[in-house]
Amino acid sequence: MSILVIIEQTKKGPHQISYEVLAAGQALGKDFDLPVSALILGYKTARIVELLKGIQLNEILFAEHPLLINYSSDGFSDAIREVVKQETPKFILAGHTYMARDFLPRVSAKLNFPFLADNISYRIEKNHSLILRKQIFSGKLSADIIPNCDKPVIISFQSSAFKKEDIIEGRHSAIRKISLSMDADTIRSISEPPFQEVTGDIDLSNADIIVSIGRGIGSENNVQIAKDLAKIMGAKMASSRPVIDAGWLEPYHLIGSSGKTVAPKLYFALGISGAIQHVVGIKGSKNIILINKDAEAPLFEFADYGIVGDILEIIPKLIKALRE
Amino acid sequence: MKIAVLVKQVPGTESQLQISDDQNWVKEDNLTFFTNESDNYAIEEALQIIAKLDDGEVVAVSLGPERAKRTIREALSKGVDRGIHIDEPYPYNSDPLQIAKIIAETIKEENFDLILSGLQSDDNGFGQVGVLIGELLGMTTATLVMETEVTDTTVRVKRELESGWYQWVTLTLPSSITIQSGINNLRYPSLKGLMSAKKKEIKSVTVNNKLNPNQSILKIFNPKKSKKTEMIDGSVDQQIQRILDILKKELKLF
Repeated sequence: MSILVIIEQTKKGPHQISYEVLAAGQALGKDFDLPVSALILGYKTARIVELLKGIQLNEILFAEHPLLINYSSDGFSDAIREVVKQETPKFILAGHTYMARDFLPRVSAKLNFPFLADNISYRIEKNHSLILRKQIFSGKLSADIIPNCDKPVIISFQSSAFKKEDIIEGRHSAIRKISLSMDADTIRSISEPPFQEVTGDIDLSNADIIVSIGRGIGSENNVQIAKDLAKIMGAKMASSRPVIDAGWLEPYHLIGSSGKTVAPKLYFALGISGAIQHVVGIKGSKNIILINKDAEAPLFEFADYGIVGDILEIIPKLIKALRE
Repeated sequence: MKIAVLVKQVPGTESQLQISDDQNWVKEDNLTFFTNESDNYAIEEALQIIAKLDDGEVVAVSLGPERAKRTIREALSKGVDRGIHIDEPYPYNSDPLQIAKIIAETIKEENFDLILSGLQSDDNGFGQVGVLIGELLGMTTATLVMETEVTDTTVRVKRELESGWYQWVTLTLPSSITIQSGINNLRYPSLKGLMSAKKKEIKSVTVNNKLNPNQSILKIFNPKKSKKTEMIDGSVDQQIQRILDILKKELKLF
């Protein structure tokens, strides 16, 4: 019995969220008195193993196979299934990344283990049972979710649910190779190299002031009001997902998990509800003002200043006042 | 080409949510229900694929209480050919794997070439059912799809990765893919569509073999206040005066 933390790799090394989940794994390991191991999947993983050496872990496991050079849902889910069969962990942890969302449900179905996804925290009841907390209804409500079976459980944590700084450092984790007997027929897809769409000439990551609009802006015609406000404030324009989906702004204005991450002095949000996918992109903002007519918008929780009101009434008057 | 679209009926995004007395869900009496947002894009994508191939069938599949039939009917009015309603009065407290098993078992015999679903539901947001069904039925899978190119034997999909990156992946059929919002421009039902939808078939399926859920909701609640937000009240003029003060005096931006 152990805790297995799946390490996701980027070109620069382990994904930021993998460090956070290692911190989660260490905490959970302490609570359940279980050894914690990191699991690296891929091909030629020595550099990643090296980068994890300073962390207090029972073992650093690496499973290499040429079929894992490129990510595939078929390949990664099958590899994890093999590892889990050999290692019999109690908990399998990962960050709730786009990649985890792509292959962990496959692992869940292959092994018939529950996958408790997208959690923001956990706690232990007196009877030693695990309770996970996640956001539902786009963050308007929270839910406590329990695994009610004796099987191993797959758990993913939202970005920033745990802090990288909380990792307990240590030395001399054992490093062990896991053999995989993967079959080329397993992989029924061909991946092409990742690419970025052409981006506009807008540098949101260094902007001091950002005016950002969401679904609550109401219609394409109203976008101009926000642009006018941005102009007079010397701000850059940004938006949440529904505005991009509707085609009211170009995709490079998108902030959140599929768009940009920003850290302005002021994030002036108009009609944004604050789904977690958006909030992860604005966590670094020094100050957030939100105007939204929906008093239940979860972003009010996160904002420094909030007005429940009509953008179309307030903003033109604010522009006028700023001109004076 | 035979395509299934998985659709879910969820409370509207602007809903005022009140927690039910058993703290297990929200009070549904006063809620208005709609088709889950990303599922609408999945419906549109399925219809466009069939239109391009000029051959095939789209079937809307929904698991939920009786009211979920309205969501199927709406899909039919947009051009979907027929519907399958899996009657499940309380789907919210089941786990995604259980839901996926029920749906997979129900549609297995249909031998769909493609299953499309929204990337996640706007209520529970587990974001798993489409992928789980793919695995259970031995299909290839892909998530967060932003574009599709379908041939007789493959589907090439543009997957959204993080931070503005994308990747094309070619998968062999049959395949179950989850669709990201914004992949296409949604259509709205025409009057003709609304009329013809009434004649289209919705097959009702009742689930007999209940499986034991491996996970369940213990309770739901309003999120705890973690940050002190200053709510600016008063008249619009007073609110604007306060914003100006904040911008100039507190944030010293001007």
